[in-house]
Amino acid sequence: MAFDKMELKDIEVWDGNFAAAQAMRQCQIDVVAAYPITPSTPIVEGYAKFQSDNFIEGEYVMVESEHAAMSACIGAAAAGGRVATATSSQGFALMVETLYQASGMRLPIVLNVVNRALAAPLNVNGDHSDMYLGRDSGWIQFDAYCPQDAYDLNFIAFKVSEDHDVRLPAMVHQDGFMTSHTAQGVHTLTDDQGYGFVGEYKPMNDMLDFEHPVTHGVQTEEDWHFEHKARQHNDLMTKVMPKIQTAFDEFEKLSGRKYNIVEKYDTEDADVAVVCLGTSVETAREVAKEMRAKGIKAGVVGIRVIRPFPFFEIQEALKDLKSIATLDRSNPNGAPGMLFNEVAGCLFNTDTKVLLSGKVYGLGGRDLTKAHLVELFTELQANVDAGKLTTPQQQFIGVRGPKLSFL
Amino acid sequence: MSEIKKIKNLKEFSTSADRFEGANLLCPGCAHSIIVREVLNATNDDLILSASTGCLEVCTAVYPYTSWDASWIHIGFENGSTAVAGAESMYNALKTKGRLKQPDRNPKFVSFAGDGASYDIGFQWISGCMERGHNIMHVVLDNEVYANTGGQRSSSTPIGSSATTSPSGSHSYGEKKNKKDMMSIMAAHHIPYVAQVAPNKWKDMVKKIQKGFAVDGPVFINAVSPCTTEWKFDPKDTMYLTDLSTDSLVFPLYEIIDGKELNITYRPKNVVPVEEYLAAQGRFKHLFKDQYKHMIKEWQDRVDSNWAYLQRREEAKV
Repeated sequence: MAFDKMELKDIEVWDGNFAAAQAMRQCQIDVVAAYPITPSTPIVEGYAKFQSDNFIEGEYVMVESEHAAMSACIGAAAAGGRVATATSSQGFALMVETLYQASGMRLPIVLNVVNRALAAPLNVNGDHSDMYLGRDSGWIQFDAYCPQDAYDLNFIAFKVSEDHDVRLPAMVHQDGFMTSHTAQGVHTLTDDQGYGFVGEYKPMNDMLDFEHPVTHGVQTEEDWHFEHKARQHNDLMTKVMPKIQTAFDEFEKLSGRKYNIVEKYDTEDADVAVVCLGTSVETAREVAKEMRAKGIKAGVVGIRVIRPFPFFEIQEALKDLKSIATLDRSNPNGAPGMLFNEVAGCLFNTDTKVLLSGKVYGLGGRDLTKAHLVELFTELQANVDAGKLTTPQQQFIGVRGPKLSFL
Repeated sequence: MSEIKKIKNLKEFSTSADRFEGANLLCPGCAHSIIVREVLNATNDDLILSASTGCLEVCTAVYPYTSWDASWIHIGFENGSTAVAGAESMYNALKTKGRLKQPDRNPKFVSFAGDGASYDIGFQWISGCMERGHNIMHVVLDNEVYANTGGQRSSSTPIGSSATTSPSGSHSYGEKKNKKDMMSIMAAHHIPYVAQVAPNKWKDMVKKIQKGFAVDGPVFINAVSPCTTEWKFDPKDTMYLTDLSTDSLVFPLYEIIDGKELNITYRPKNVVPVEEYLAAQGRFKHLFKDQYKHMIKEWQDRVDSNWAYLQRREEAKV
């Protein structure tokens, strides 16, 4: 039985979860193996309903855990076809073992990660603790700031991940609840446009080619393991970014929507800026505009591609700034913070004299308010005026009790 | 439906097109390779195979070599069953969509795993695959111990066995718990076919594997795999040990159809005392000391009782 196409309005009111589910439907995935978990559950529910209503022709396997979901995705991808799933938080943590197996076996898989805090204490709301768990796993990581991004980046993720020069799995991150459950206007592609963009899946080393049997997931010890890992890193560092840029360019031609590896807002003439991820990028943009009215030349740098980390793009974006703060929505647990470390690493060995501080905020879904950001931009300007950091390097934003500052 | 391969005799069977090469790193006398060849040689159809982490996996796919002349995948310790279930799902999807490169084939999806990877760490994944009804066969290479990592107890390790994490000693006869009844647990999933096999009874085994390939839905096979290293016997005696295991009824050969009909498929003409089975293996050596001799009677009583239970079920057709 042939499947049905869906008529969409040019602009639909979708939350991030439904936007991701719609993109998955339009990409005509061959196998989705999934397990529900808050806040990504509506993705797998939405996809299930599409299948019940004959909008999906592929297989949909509801497995017994997130580990099994990624295991089945790996088996399906090795067999040779388009594969995707979705998860969050504890489920993502349970998947971690298999994340490394998927990327080490060079299998294209798209994973929608709806970011949420990690227990304990148990918390269902959005932060980036789970996202950071995936950062060393050898996957490509895209970050959505709103439902529109969550929709668009799925198409781009398939396109890059399945490229035969890349063959690495890709995650599309969105903020739990803030993006996943907040309905906004989403500009759509038609089913033909969406599928046309990703194209028919082109298998490589597929187990189902019975004339050419393949062995996947071998043992390599000290004699070869290092070369395999080094080659994977090499491909991430040298091959992925150009493919992402090409995919962004092609997507812009198709949709008119432009994505950048690093999103710069008002940074051209800025003195101060924050570097951040997710929904905070949008809040920070609004506040930066308001700060300009107050005479503070503020800008925002949003990271669109977390892995591979946009080393040169970040260097370029930050080179003329005077004082910046990284915003980490994850408990650094004994370190400066993921974004702080990465950004500091980019700036080291350059001529920049930029003052760098790191902020930890929004854990477990705690709001980052405009007032917090006004205070932060003001503080960054004070650094510029003083020619040095006027605060400790690491501070926590919006946490009860005595002000937490370190380093 | 594909044709069932006709096998006339052992000579023909043992020399038919092999998709598992002798070039592997398994111990001399290891029963794993014998079992794998008997499974693969039972069909001429294409194969999609997986191995969970364990002896079979680390000994047959060490880069840049492979012992497998069929598509094969290893992901991890616990998820070999789910790996082939994923591949089977992809096969179904591409079949529906008309994108199979060779649409006229009838591939068989087989997952091999040790008892540790099946009874313990992979238990949930296997149960999930059985419940969902994937058209796959999961074969346990049951050597009753974590052999690949040096002989730690698994939930398949039988009582009285000395394993490195349940060693015998001056105050212990070794493993205290009895072997998990995986056959009953799998049958309780009401899958089409569950069977226990042994490589010495090759006709019985091939018949069961072919039955398993012929049914539509999940199949669970538990294969006794005497381990020369951990059971501690001379590598030349693998088949002798397998004979003792089946003929003492420690490993009775039977099948359960749809979880509801149990058939015993092998009745030894001369039942061997369990004591002989135990005496042939170093892992039970300590049971022959005076302080632990009571365990030998415990073993015989338990094996007798299990055999009586299987016969009652067969007679009652349940």
